[in-house]
Amino acid sequence: MPDLKPDMQPSDTYSRAARIMHWAMALLLFSLIFAGLAMVQSLQSWHLPLITLHKSFGILALILAVIRLVIRLTHVPPALPDNLSAAQQRGARGAHVLLYAAMFAMPLSGLLMQGAAGRPVEFFGLFTIPALLPVQLETYAVLRELHGWGAWGLIALVLLHITAALHHGLIRRDTVLRSML
Amino acid sequence: MSLIRYAVVALVPATLAGLIYAVASGLGQSEVTAQRFVNLQEGASPHAGFRRAHAKGFCLAGDFESNGALASYTDAALFQQGQTPFVGRISIAGTNPTAPDMRSPVRSLALSFGTGDADSWRTAMNTPPVMAVATPEAFYAQLAALAPDPATGQRDPARIQAFFASHPETRAFLAWQKTYVPTQSFASERYHSINAFYLVNREGRRQAVRWAAVPAAPVANATPLDAENPQALQDEFMARLKQGPVVFDLVFSLAGTGDDENDPTVPWPETRPAISAGKLIIRATSAESAGNCKDINFDPLILPRGMAATLDPILRARSAAYAESYRRRARESL
Ligand code: HEM
Ligand code: HEM
Repeated sequence: MPDLKPDMQPSDTYSRAARIMHWAMALLLFSLIFAGLAMVQSLQSWHLPLITLHKSFGILALILAVIRLVIRLTHVPPALPDNLSAAQQRGARGAHVLLYAAMFAMPLSGLLMQGAAGRPVEFFGLFTIPALLPVQLETYAVLRELHGWGAWGLIALVLLHITAALHHGLIRRDTVLRSML
Repeated sequence: MSLIRYAVVALVPATLAGLIYAVASGLGQSEVTAQRFVNLQEGASPHAGFRRAHAKGFCLAGDFESNGALASYTDAALFQQGQTPFVGRISIAGTNPTAPDMRSPVRSLALSFGTGDADSWRTAMNTPPVMAVATPEAFYAQLAALAPDPATGQRDPARIQAFFASHPETRAFLAWQKTYVPTQSFASERYHSINAFYLVNREGRRQAVRWAAVPAAPVANATPLDAENPQALQDEFMARLKQGPVVFDLVFSLAGTGDDENDPTVPWPETRPAISAGKLIIRATSAESAGNCKDINFDPLILPRGMAATLDPILRARSAAYAESYRRRARESL
């Protein structure tokens, strides 16, 4: 048995850092989704403050996603229960990879589409992120549709994820849900 | 017991899905959304790839020569003394990209300074000095009243009259409309910001302003326009530009006590201080195509450091509707 640091020990639960990141980002992503869906329709005066917050918190989500990926790659996650079939295990892992992909694709498409539209993006009024791409309508179109449809992909994944977690916790009653609580 | 557990497993995600679906389909929104607005503007047969308003236009390039007169009101880089290049667009109101120039009741000048840094500024200006109405809901009702009846293809004068009769705030706009005589050139019009904004100086002091692009010198037409030529105004402008740049003064009008910066239907008194910030020098034009002004959304809420939006509800609505129009025409460009 190789000599592992304490937090590299396989265990039944995710590390504390991973759990904090998980629930903080769950809250953040839901807020971004609801804000995004509401603000693109609104003609009201809250449209501007909400869109400004959406961009700042969206960039925060990108920063957190990077930190989270680093935590994920440096800590051994708990093993899945043995009684899951190989196909189920592959499904679970695949869904997690897709969730990580969406956690990057959403903020990146949001940030880059602002660049393709020639719009500066402010981060909580602290500094301005200059346009990262040249202004171009076609590039904007691709990124804007990716952001719009990607949101539905993320929503579908998250709902599947919640259903599976509850299924583990309440029906199968195995260690999976507890490992993230 | 296990039934309850199954119910929880099913109901939690189902409730979330329902809530997300409800918000996506307008829960908590007022009657008029950005999508409904743009649907109304584009009508039954949208012109794919074109702006849903001011569809016909052409691109400009030039320089803004700032005289620094606004420097004590704003620390925006472009209003310090010096020169800033811009691109822009001259257009006519309407959704038809091939409409005859002389038929449109409204002409427009839009400008874009900088692309994506903190000093970026976009402004879209129209010939009327005021809006007819003060809220997006009323503007929606106005557009609906002005829209041709789908059955006859004609506007309904009774409906239009009823709209204006029930909206007394349209008074100043109607008065302007009565006296306005369209000129024979895009170069001789005055283009107004209509909505007000704040200039913000280094100390954080805010001053509400409106602005207008005003011909720098009297503009005369060498020959009368051919009213039958659908490109009459565009042709005239291109020919004029061959003789030399077209120059406008960018004149700011400062709100005084009693002026409501959030109401775009009321003109401010003529006696308000007017400050010319410098000269807009238009040097070149080009047809709209990829790589020039076609790629730009002239969203009036893209403001440089040193300027800020007022609470004018029309201004907020413009930003949201322009974004929706921009998304649609961008998608159609693929
Ligand atoms: C995980 C991060 C993010 C999530 C989950 C998210 C989610 C959403 C959603 C659901 C929408 C509505 C899309 C539609 O109905 O078509 C939206 C719109 C938007 N998002 Fe994000 N977003 C994120 C990050 C960002 C970032 C980082 C930016 C920019 C810096 C951004 C800028 C925007 C803008 C400008 C819109 C409105 C576009 C328009 O008006 O056409 N988003 N977002
Ligand atoms: C609620 C009120 C308004 C709505 C919903 C509205 C809607 C629109 C839309 C959808 C576009 C197309 C944007 C694009 O695809 O890039 C547009 C363009 C434009 N609007 Fe408005 N508009 C409103 C009020 C105004 C006002 C008050 C002005 C003048 C100060 C104005 C001036 C312009 C100009 C000049 C353009 C063309 C800009 C260009 O050349 O791209 N609009 N408008």
